Amino acid sequence: MKPHRGQLGPAALVGALALTLAACGTDAPAAGPDAEAGRAGETALSGALVGAGASSQESAMQAWIAGFQAAHPDVTVAYDPVGSGGGRTQFVEGGTDFGGTDAALDEEEWAAAEARCAPGIPLEVPLYVSPIAVAFNLPGIDSLTMSPETIAGIFGGRITAWDAPEIAEANPGVDLPALPITPVHRSDESGTTENFTEYLAAAAGDAWPHEPSGTWPLAGGQSAQGTSGVVQTVQAAEGAITYADASKVGGLGTVAVLVGGAAVPYSPEAAAAVVDASPLAEGRGEGSLVRDLERDTTASGAYPIVLVSYTLACTAYEDPATAALVREFLTYAASEEGQRAAADAAGSAPISDGMRADVMALVERIS
Amino acid sequence: MSAVAGRGAAQGVAGGATTTLRRTRRADLGGRAFRGLAVGSGALILAMLAAVAGFLLLEAAPALTASPAELAALSWMPDDGSLWRYVGPLAFGTVLAAVLALGLAVPVSVGIALFISHYAPRRLADVLGSLVDLLAAIPSVVYGLWGALWLAPRLQGPWAWLADHLGFVPLFAGPASTPPRVMATVGVVLAVMVLPIVTAVSREVFLATPRLHEEAALALGATRWEMVRMAVLPFGRSGVVSAAMLGLGRALGETMAVLMILGPGLTYSLALLQVGRHQTIAANVALQFPEANALGVSALIATGLVLFVITLAVNSAARWVVARRAVGGAR
Repeated sequence: MKPHRGQLGPAALVGALALTLAACGTDAPAAGPDAEAGRAGETALSGALVGAGASSQESAMQAWIAGFQAAHPDVTVAYDPVGSGGGRTQFVEGGTDFGGTDAALDEEEWAAAEARCAPGIPLEVPLYVSPIAVAFNLPGIDSLTMSPETIAGIFGGRITAWDAPEIAEANPGVDLPALPITPVHRSDESGTTENFTEYLAAAAGDAWPHEPSGTWPLAGGQSAQGTSGVVQTVQAAEGAITYADASKVGGLGTVAVLVGGAAVPYSPEAAAAVVDASPLAEGRGEGSLVRDLERDTTASGAYPIVLVSYTLACTAYEDPATAALVREFLTYAASEEGQRAAADAAGSAPISDGMRADVMALVERIS
Repeated sequence: MSAVAGRGAAQGVAGGATTTLRRTRRADLGGRAFRGLAVGSGALILAMLAAVAGFLLLEAAPALTASPAELAALSWMPDDGSLWRYVGPLAFGTVLAAVLALGLAVPVSVGIALFISHYAPRRLADVLGSLVDLLAAIPSVVYGLWGALWLAPRLQGPWAWLADHLGFVPLFAGPASTPPRVMATVGVVLAVMVLPIVTAVSREVFLATPRLHEEAALALGATRWEMVRMAVLPFGRSGVVSAAMLGLGRALGETMAVLMILGPGLTYSLALLQVGRHQTIAANVALQFPEANALGVSALIATGLVLFVITLAVNSAARWVVARRAVGGAR
């Protein structure tokens, strides 16, 4: 009826929206004063640290955060388990103070990280080593020995029954049921899948013709999202088998892997042993402690299916208070106490003393 | 004489109108504010839709313009890096899940709605009606947990039976997978999820059937079932179609329940009982987003764009069907 009056409404609405947005805008810089507060106290640490990255590290990170904040009550540390990809991106773009990633930075990301950390250098240190268990659901059987070729045969669909000769020969005296095998893989892209397929590609030879990948390389088959998803799926079906973070497999039976002719069940010590037995990756910056894991190792007592998750940091930060916080936090995480806290919380393998010395030599350069 | 009286009457009316106008002008302030608010809200919907469409196009652009070689570097892309070959099975799975859910839910919903509107005693109808509405309030993650942990293990037997006895039908081709993290299980859970909305809308439509039509049918000697068939169902048909489309919208976009129940795979298979054959767009985005890099996120948003287009097409088709039915009914 009166169109000219009707137009007042939208205008008022836009005004109201603008006010709302302005109100949101004032919240953003609120994080600033926290960081500045760090400069005031010379002895007691205070301030806030923000990290993001691999969800594999989440439980360990929570243990470190809890332990660190108990010692320094004025510090808040936050870790957002957005995933390795997100963790790397946010770190090199400067959105976070430290990051976590299951995969080493690629060349492009390393260059971006160097730019971000200038005048310092980026650090890439292994603080979280976790054994990946091959877990199965067969009532009454807690452990089976398998060669890498047998594991590849099962997950590749070539070995389809639990009483197959390959399994029976390696496990004399075990009463294997005539059940079909249901392999279960991760449906999401994950560091666990990447490390497991890396192991199969390296150790199983011709039995595993696929490239290592964070996404399961074969089409079809049972799959589920996340570690809890695959474990729950295996628990729901007799004869199912999967690979998962060893601390999360609960009451399922696990596979002892044949390494150099001897069966090695997963254990934190055996997982740390394979990391120590592997050489440093070549052609990386001095701040990188990335290892070329020797999945086909024959070293006795080394469990080759492990996930190594790296922590990303810089040796220099714009704000010296942030640098001090990062240094102290990583020092705690790498310490015996920190590694034990992570092992208790996440079932990870504590890093060896030799590795700790290497890590600390780099962490002490943060200033 | 009559002309003068007419003019006087006209003046009287005009005078009355001005006083009314003066009186209402003050009260009209509230009216105008309300009008502005209503127009603003309507405009906001359009603005939001445009913003979402714009966001999808803008964010999907890097993936849409990327070379196949770049896309092939994403670990979950097909080796030839074709975005269409990636989206195709996802779109197929999305539509399959939604159609399956509707196929299961609509007959049951219409039954419940008819029972509530025409068969149940008043008090029972009230209780039942609110119980159905309560189903709609359960969050989808709870449906997902229920489907994955409780329902799926119990469906193993029925699915195996279907595969054994009706395996010649492509839909039920065996062997039935264990555990049944399959499309058939997803269809059942989605059906339960869309049941409340389809039931609620159908019930309202059935209740709106003109009393005269029903009484006329009964007076002609029709039984209650014949009355429902001749008076209620034809009247409510277009309403049931719109109800089904509302349900379809929910089923197309459902993420959490599918994500938690389905063991995904990218094929055009019809085998509902086999695992690793299907995946929906929404669940795939939620599944791959956490570890995706910038181009990966863009490619996932491109699949979201396809879902947006599918939803738009389905809704437009539904409107067209309803409009056509309404015209046909009037004739």
